Amino acid sequence: MTTEGARPVSSGVRPVVRAARFAIAHTPALIASGSKPRRELASRGAAEREALLRHLRSFEDAVRYPPHQVMLGTLPPEALRGISRPWHDRPVDAARAEGPGGRMLDEMEFYAWLARADAASLLYLTPEFARTLRSFGAPERVQTMAAPDLARAVERGAEPLRRTSDETVGAIVPAHEQDESLAAPVLLENLAAKVTGGLALRALLDAVDADTPVDYLIGCGEEAVGDRYQRGGGNLAKAMGELAGVRTAGASDVKSFCAGPLHALLVAGAFVAGGVYRRVVVVAGGSLAKLGMKYRGHLAAGYPVLEDVIVGAAIDVVPDDGRSPILRLDAAAVHRVGDGAAPHQMAQVLSAAPLRAAGLRLSDVDRYAVELHNPDITEPAGSGDVPYRNYQMIAALAAQAGEIERSAMDRFVEAHGMPGFSPTQGHIASAVAYLPHAIAGLTEGPLRRVQFVAKGSLFLGRMTNMADGASLLLERNGAPPAGGRPA
Amino acid sequence: MIDLHDKLVLALGERDGIPAQAIAACAESAGGRVVYAATQCFV
Repeated sequence: MTTEGARPVSSGVRPVVRAARFAIAHTPALIASGSKPRRELASRGAAEREALLRHLRSFEDAVRYPPHQVMLGTLPPEALRGISRPWHDRPVDAARAEGPGGRMLDEMEFYAWLARADAASLLYLTPEFARTLRSFGAPERVQTMAAPDLARAVERGAEPLRRTSDETVGAIVPAHEQDESLAAPVLLENLAAKVTGGLALRALLDAVDADTPVDYLIGCGEEAVGDRYQRGGGNLAKAMGELAGVRTAGASDVKSFCAGPLHALLVAGAFVAGGVYRRVVVVAGGSLAKLGMKYRGHLAAGYPVLEDVIVGAAIDVVPDDGRSPILRLDAAAVHRVGDGAAPHQMAQVLSAAPLRAAGLRLSDVDRYAVELHNPDITEPAGSGDVPYRNYQMIAALAAQAGEIERSAMDRFVEAHGMPGFSPTQGHIASAVAYLPHAIAGLTEGPLRRVQFVAKGSLFLGRMTNMADGASLLLERNGAPPAGGRPA
Repeated sequence: MIDLHDKLVLALGERDGIPAQAIAACAESAGGRVVYAATQCFV
């Protein structure tokens, strides 16, 4: 790893990032359990709930949504430039719910997996819904509760499971009456993360080298699993491994808000480079809490509520296979305690410095995967085009370094950037959303280098005013060296 | 140069924009009294 002033690290075994898969659960009825809608609906009453329900998307619409097809790997991100916005008005014809980047599942299948993943027996379904759900993969034996009893349980703190009709079909009950860490909404969030991460892991292993055992799982999602004595104790990765039937792996978590996945990839690369493990999979569940975070902006714009998916990810890191892109540990960077947090300082530390240390210029990188939040989601809520702002900063550094004319910044952004396409699922949108495309482009396509840059909002936890960040460089296997050092 | 003497300042930063601490430092240098500073992440 290289940061300015730090000593480069080299190793014998070169790690590669072989594959990445997403599991995208379309869960419109759970939007009301997202943090923002939960609070707004409680204060604004029935009319607000009805307005929200009127703006939910069908699974078919979610599958045909162009940015979701980019996540699934069937459309390149650049294709979005040719599709007029808002993109939900331009559904993709003959779209499928799976592709080389992963798969989408509808709410019924998601609920079935919640039932299968409920190791602590806290989930109850109405008898009718339990029967219906069996055809979607739910276990034969599911705890049931009649609708009137469910309603009473919800009054006592259970978290309801609803359908988009607003009908309550089940609930998850608290695991302890006095433990906020085991409150029903927290448990549902964690179970949703377990399911989406576990399904992404299963999708990865079904598609890639099923015969080679996974030695280690590194979790990097944004959930906090634990009880009152170890809030956020973690290791949901191991639970995901259990759900996915991965019996060979040990596991632990790496946490850093949205930057977690890149830190986890660096740890995975180091494990492989050091010979500690031969196959490491980085896993992350999705964030139920972020469902509908900007729904009020979407309602005001007349959009459907676009934050209606929970996304899990699984990323395969193995020793050099002669084909997959090299994870260059000597060209990675982390944001250090003493580094500044202004956007230009972050870009300098995470993008320019590690490239310069590796003998590369900013323009030697074909694509930058930055914060790839879908602007159709963020702009109606006033958050602007986040990836574009990140690209402008990298282009400004290229101009400052004399690599390009200032007048060429827009061309640099177009050539080295891409439109945002990721659901606003925090750690998923932070660079790794591009991984399936990067791996394809660096093996079968024309790309030579892709830099991944992620930032984490540590200050949200109120323990520091710092932000965090990490970056890594993926390079085409066998690419001739550019700059000072061979790959 | 804006003069913030006798002004109370709420410094609201944004993760991909200007951090609250930077806003607060600027406001204080202009004579303002920062009574609240927080950086938010809107994604």
